[in-house]
Amino acid sequence: MIARAYRAVFACISTAILGIVFPALPVSAQTQGYADLGRAATGFAVPTPGVPLQFPADHGAHPDYRIEWWYLTANLQTETGEDLGIQWTLFRSALAPGEGPAWQSPQIWMAHAAVTTPSDHHFAERLGRGGTGQAGVEIAPFTAWIDDWELRAPDASLDRLAVTARSEDFAYALDLAADGPLVLHGSDGYSVKSAQGQASYYYAQPAYQITGQITLPDGSHRVSGTAWLDREWSSQPLAPDQSGWDWFSLRLDSGEALMGFVLRSEQGDFTSGTWITADGTVEPLHPEEFQAAPLAWSEVAGRQIPTRWHVTLDSRQLRVEVGALNPQAWMGTSFAYWEGPVTVSGSHTGRGYLEMTGYGELRSNSPSNRK
Amino acid sequence: MILTLRVLLSHWRHAPLQLGLLILGLALATALWSAVQAINSEARASYSRAVEQLGTRDLPSLTAPDGDIPLATYVALRRAGWQVSPVLEGVWTPAKESLTLLGVDVLSYPGAALMAQTTPATGLDPLAVLRPPGTLYAHPDTLAHVLQDTGPRVMALQELPQGIVLTDLSVAERLLGTSGRLSRILILPDQPMGLLPLTQLVPELELSTTDDGALGDPQRLTQSFHLNLTAFGLLAFGVGLFIVQGSVTLSVEQRRGTIHTLRCLGVPVATLIQALLLELVLLALVAGVLGLVLGYIVAGFLLPDVNATLRGLYGAPVAGALSLRPGWVLSGLGMALAGTGLAGLQALLTLKHMATQLTQASQAVARRRAGLIWIWAIVGLLLIGLAGGMLWGGNGLVAGFVGLAGLMLGCALLLPPSLFWALTFWLRMTRRPVLRWLIADSRLQLPGLSLSLMALLLAIATNIGVGTMVSSFRLTFTGWIDQRLAADLYVEAAGPQQAQAILTWAEARGARSLPQYRWTTRSASAPLLLYGVVDDPLYRQNWPLLRSLPDAWDRLHSKGAVLINEQLAHRADLAPGDMLALGPDWSARIVGIYSDYGNPDGQAIAGITTLQQRAVPLTLRRIGLVPPDGETPEGLAAALRQDLALPASAILAKDRIRAASVAVFDRTFVVTAALNVLTLGVAGFAMLTSFLSQWSRRLPQLAPVWAMGVSRRQLAGLELLRSLGLALLTFVLALPLGLGLAWVLLTVINLEAFGWRLPMFLFPADWARLLGLTGAAAGIAALLPILRLLHIPPARLLGVFSNDR
Repeated sequence: MIARAYRAVFACISTAILGIVFPALPVSAQTQGYADLGRAATGFAVPTPGVPLQFPADHGAHPDYRIEWWYLTANLQTETGEDLGIQWTLFRSALAPGEGPAWQSPQIWMAHAAVTTPSDHHFAERLGRGGTGQAGVEIAPFTAWIDDWELRAPDASLDRLAVTARSEDFAYALDLAADGPLVLHGSDGYSVKSAQGQASYYYAQPAYQITGQITLPDGSHRVSGTAWLDREWSSQPLAPDQSGWDWFSLRLDSGEALMGFVLRSEQGDFTSGTWITADGTVEPLHPEEFQAAPLAWSEVAGRQIPTRWHVTLDSRQLRVEVGALNPQAWMGTSFAYWEGPVTVSGSHTGRGYLEMTGYGELRSNSPSNRK
Repeated sequence: MILTLRVLLSHWRHAPLQLGLLILGLALATALWSAVQAINSEARASYSRAVEQLGTRDLPSLTAPDGDIPLATYVALRRAGWQVSPVLEGVWTPAKESLTLLGVDVLSYPGAALMAQTTPATGLDPLAVLRPPGTLYAHPDTLAHVLQDTGPRVMALQELPQGIVLTDLSVAERLLGTSGRLSRILILPDQPMGLLPLTQLVPELELSTTDDGALGDPQRLTQSFHLNLTAFGLLAFGVGLFIVQGSVTLSVEQRRGTIHTLRCLGVPVATLIQALLLELVLLALVAGVLGLVLGYIVAGFLLPDVNATLRGLYGAPVAGALSLRPGWVLSGLGMALAGTGLAGLQALLTLKHMATQLTQASQAVARRRAGLIWIWAIVGLLLIGLAGGMLWGGNGLVAGFVGLAGLMLGCALLLPPSLFWALTFWLRMTRRPVLRWLIADSRLQLPGLSLSLMALLLAIATNIGVGTMVSSFRLTFTGWIDQRLAADLYVEAAGPQQAQAILTWAEARGARSLPQYRWTTRSASAPLLLYGVVDDPLYRQNWPLLRSLPDAWDRLHSKGAVLINEQLAHRADLAPGDMLALGPDWSARIVGIYSDYGNPDGQAIAGITTLQQRAVPLTLRRIGLVPPDGETPEGLAAALRQDLALPASAILAKDRIRAASVAVFDRTFVVTAALNVLTLGVAGFAMLTSFLSQWSRRLPQLAPVWAMGVSRRQLAGLELLRSLGLALLTFVLALPLGLGLAWVLLTVINLEAFGWRLPMFLFPADWARLLGLTGAAAGIAALLPILRLLHIPPARLLGVFSNDR
């Protein structure tokens, strides 16, 4: 979640504006944009504890908060048994709190979609301005969209969803049905992110059954599997000394699920996570309880990126190896990162998604530079 | 081979003048051609720099026939999956000068990357482009002159054309006072799979293959101008080739003895031909390089005027400097080589003939060629017929130019037969033996002279044609501008408050005011400037209407009708009585068409009350003032300056505007005048080389006449007479061709290129001047042969008889 907060802030503000709009910017200028995140959330609303989430209203957008996302990942199988994964994410980033008419709106929307097979990785990006109707989220019936990419429900709940996206070389249309309750992280959805009191509102639906159709250059495939939806919004940027993060969302065959992340920093890594039991009970992990160490590195887009990990959670007797389905799952979007499906083996088995950011060009972040 | 070449080349040591003329002729031709090419490519490069760097040039775009596209249409396309980028374009007047404001969505506009490049250097927050008050991007000159303290931050962007301000749509909407409207939708390069076709999604929009907005391709507009220049360059080059043809043929004739000797020594014909070819290539390269240098210098001189023309006529963005392009050098050399090859073809054939026959055959060749005269005449007539058909039935600028080329070439081909028959007719009419010999001799020489005479014909006709067009245009223009400037003073207001203050002040003083309210919109997917005018008798009396319905002005003010300019009428095929779409729910009856020279865009005039009822966003910057009886315009201007503290530059007297406009007009056609003179010079030069090349062949004809008692002095006089006579005859034939050319330029080319048709006026004084110039050129061209004739030793003339065996 912290990782995601990072990513969203980073992606929406620095990337959308600095990266796509201003792709010619040198890296140093983008780091300036990163430093920009250290500013206080002037004028923006700040999450406060003790305010219960209100549904379906909170499924919608919160334009007074700086950042927000609707984040869907799914592990799928074709009818012939081939593994693949999809990602569908809608980010909202506000230049200023509130709304405005059409182009005057300070809201900026960005979306990423991807399909990852063992041999191929397809991705696409969309950007849009709030206020025009090109992108947005409506509560009843629930619809989140940018251009023709949609995450849509027949009613105001998130129990049944249909998701679509298409680009030049891929398209998908999938139906989702929730297999359990919404999971509220932290204290009833108020999720504290640091000792300084920074926090976000955060809930998820980690247990969808999903089926549908995926079109790839080699043709159309019927697929089915499981999916995970994250919802989070906040206004507070995070500490500037971290260089990146590694984020895992693993669904185990036992019915349990694990979300854990590593924030990499020169002052030492910080890890945290959540254990979700088979019945949907949320058990937050203590700091440093979740451990992940790289086992193997791959060269991806001119960088060295760890694509096999050793993950341990001693309190659950979990010792697993997490490996990328396709090590080349590089999201070459305006803010580039690695995101793709993974398989879990060892003390537990299962599947999930892995996201890694902040791995620079070869010389700056080679494996030897890491501990 | 090398030896043969050396022998051939040794000829030039004895004829340095001839060599000089040959090289100079070819160099001149190459120079004119390459100068025009340099100017053209410079202008094109200027246009494309901007659009290429902004990356929108090759993007197809969607526009609405009635002007604006609702925001909802853009969103509908996005929701259907189409990757498109919206553009809002409008006229914005932050200070005195009007600018084109281009509002784009910086998240999707392909040129946004360029906007970003300027940002890091200034340390400005990159998001500032999206955050109020926003950021404006403009060319540094535009920034310096017009964008001071306008609210939003301003940034210099060298790549933008002058007069254009680029900014985010949110800022553009604020500055233009509009919302929910778009001017264009650009279609981005990469589209997702399985989209519904645009014709199904937005059938009401028009798709064009290029972005035709302010940053679109100015080449479309200026194409005619460049075509014009290219035609001129090609003409000059063609005329130059006549020089080369004359010189090379002459040199082969002169080397008859050498060639004979070489053949006798056993040099094969093929080697001879190869050697001559090599010689031609060598000459072409030397002359080509010289021509390129000359062309570069000429282009450097002409470029500022061309730029002024392009900016003045089309508002096209052109930079001032000339740069050397490899493509230009190659094409110039290529033209020189190809031209020399073409011009040397006859010489090569002659050489082949000579080398095999080894006999003196010039007369026989001349006679055989005279037999071809009928073919020339028929081909010429056919070409003129085709040209007529093209001009009559064809459509568009290219058809106009093709027709023009056919007409000129056809007439040029008709020249030798016409001269031949004219001389034949004269021969029958005259009894004086010397005159009869002169005419017969001239007729005999026609084939050899015909090419240079054709060059002269083309040069004279072009001079008359282009001169008539420019002078007619100028006469019409000055008359028109007098009509158009109805008021005595024109005041530029700094803003709406000041404009209102001027109106109140004028009313209190008893002066009549003619405020020019304006509104920029789009009609038929092109920009349209709509003026709102008050009902004043000055308009009724003075405004230059070309065609109108009865009571046009009454209907304008009481019935909401409009007047449109000629350009718009021609482009959209509108006539008085038709309707003009001004918005989704607004069509106005057209009651008249007025002439509007020097402006590429569509324009319309409506009654101010109509516009106010429609509540369009009007701007008022310019107010015409007529002083009350008993007060001079100077007095009124002085009082206005004093009472309202207006700067002197804000008040313009009618005479000053008129003088400035005429100055712009004259600058526009400086290039044309310069090229005119150059073409005539090259044609005179062509005549000189022809006469020189005839010279050696003529000795066998002159010798018997001399032997019969006609002195060399008399012969020289006859020679001059012949030269002047032929030039005069050519002039007489060129005059109608020139007038025809002028007519085509005025009524076909101008209409297609600019959208306005001009009346044709005749300028006999110019013809007389041109006749004098032609005579001078012919006289000078004949001078060298005459001098030679005067000083030829009698022995050489006698020698003809013995050599003839």
